[in-house]
Amino acid sequence: MLKSKGLEVGYRTQRETISVSRNISFELSEGEMGAIVGVNGIGKSTLLRTLARVQQELSGSIEVAGKTIDKYRQKDWATKVSVVLTEPLAAKNLSVQQLVGLGRHPYTNWIGMLSHTDIAKIQEAIELIGLDELKYKKCHELSDGQLQKVLIARALAQDTSVILLDEPTTHLDLYHKVQILKLLQEIAHRKKKTILYTTHEIDLAIQLCDKILIMEKNQNSFGSPEALIKSEHFNRLFPTDTIRFDPETASFKIRK
Amino acid sequence: MTVKKKYYFSFIVLGIVLLLSTMLNLGLGSVSIPFNEVMGVLFGGDSSRESWSYIIWNYRVPKALTAILVGSALSLSGLLMQTLFRNPLAGPFVLGISSGASLGAALLIMGTAIWSGWFSYGIINDISLAIASGIGSFLVLLIVVVVATRVKDSMALLIIGLMFGSITAAIVTVLSYFTQAEQLQQYIFWSFGTVGNLNWTQLLILTTSTLVGLFLSVLSLKSLNALLLGEQYARSMGVHIRKARYIIIIATGILAGAVTAFAGPIAFIGLAVPHLTRQIFNTTDHKILVPAVLMYGAILLLLCDTLAQLPMSSYVLPINAITSIIGAPVVIWLLIRKKKMIF
Repeated sequence: MLKSKGLEVGYRTQRETISVSRNISFELSEGEMGAIVGVNGIGKSTLLRTLARVQQELSGSIEVAGKTIDKYRQKDWATKVSVVLTEPLAAKNLSVQQLVGLGRHPYTNWIGMLSHTDIAKIQEAIELIGLDELKYKKCHELSDGQLQKVLIARALAQDTSVILLDEPTTHLDLYHKVQILKLLQEIAHRKKKTILYTTHEIDLAIQLCDKILIMEKNQNSFGSPEALIKSEHFNRLFPTDTIRFDPETASFKIRK
Repeated sequence: MTVKKKYYFSFIVLGIVLLLSTMLNLGLGSVSIPFNEVMGVLFGGDSSRESWSYIIWNYRVPKALTAILVGSALSLSGLLMQTLFRNPLAGPFVLGISSGASLGAALLIMGTAIWSGWFSYGIINDISLAIASGIGSFLVLLIVVVVATRVKDSMALLIIGLMFGSITAAIVTVLSYFTQAEQLQQYIFWSFGTVGNLNWTQLLILTTSTLVGLFLSVLSLKSLNALLLGEQYARSMGVHIRKARYIIIIATGILAGAVTAFAGPIAFIGLAVPHLTRQIFNTTDHKILVPAVLMYGAILLLLCDTLAQLPMSSYVLPINAITSIIGAPVVIWLLIRKKKMIF
């Protein structure tokens, strides 16, 4: 469903081209949840934004549903891939229902009128995420965890086959992190969506994801968590004099 | 569905208030005309005095129409800017567009007098003033757009707008130091702002540009709603950002530019009305906000103009001062009561 080959991401300004990461290849099929992990500044968000077509790739190819992403028209693209970003919400006075409703944007007419199908889809997304009681609340009244759920509901309402999330669990406590991730896992498996998110919670990703993409300076590895543990890919992620990876418990330990 | 009904009710109330304030505006003025006579003239009857009919048709009706257009256009351009920059403090006045218009007018009135005194008297009239201030406001708007594409921080944008205000004030001061008292007075009168001096032709131009601005805004309704989530989200939902941005900015420029060109700088309406409207219509949906803002703006400016006319007296206060006296406390009140102006 979502596939990249020899992808190079970075920034292109008028004067120079800054390559952040290169040679990224992975493939996620329908109903799979994947995580992108790596140290700060390695280019996880850059990769995610490139996959979301917010910024342009430097080289290589990205395919969604068997079609390279530059072949999509803006409007068709919006029905294929939805995003949850880290950028703070500009309009805090939106109600939960209105915000989720904005997800129907690609389907509505020129003036943005919601049809019966749209309203049904919005309600479905709200119920699936368990936001029914908060429906009429304004976004500035919500906690961080609730707001994150609302944004996920909006992406769901957009009814795309791929959902990309940039650090959906930052600022949340362990319970809410797990809650959000389990929710995403359920959506991926039950609704047959392809979900890819960036994260720093590697141990949670190992437990919940079907596939993991490890980004390193010169090399990017992709595979199932078990395979990556077996091939000792997590050991190299951090400088080993401070942190080591324990394959028994599938978690990181501080070196005493 | 009850939510929708609530909006209908608010719209009906706004409509009635708009009608009442229009009648109030038409009925009161420096010449006292009995109210039933005013209505009689409006609905095609004859008045007992020839001059009353003349005053109403050639002075009060154009003035009321101008007030409605100016109020609506400024408020709409304020709403567009607040959504586009996602900044509750944005507005044509704060972003320096009015300063640009002032600069254009000042350069025309006082600049030409200094550098080429011999032909200046001939070229300064309402039309050239309108063109000069129109060009001024559009140039500043262009600069703001260029800056806005580079500076992501909307706070910086506001500060830049304020700086434009300072630059304008400085240039005007320098110009006025060299200029004759007569030109200085002409400029000061322009800067008072007015809705009373428009003839039917000018009114037609103002109406056309307001309608064009409104048309472009209606085209942008959907993208405006998507922009509430920020540009990256909007793009991910299929909005053609660059196109949407240009249309909104051109609409803003036409609306604010035309108003400032014909009516002079009128402060705070563009900034305050969208916030006042959000107090009644508790929504962020532009399908509701745009018509509401149009009506609210018209009402507020009609009332401000009625006040400025100082009914029953021959004095006319500068409308720019009245809108500031009303608008500035409103903004302060919103900031204090709501702690932060969320939108």
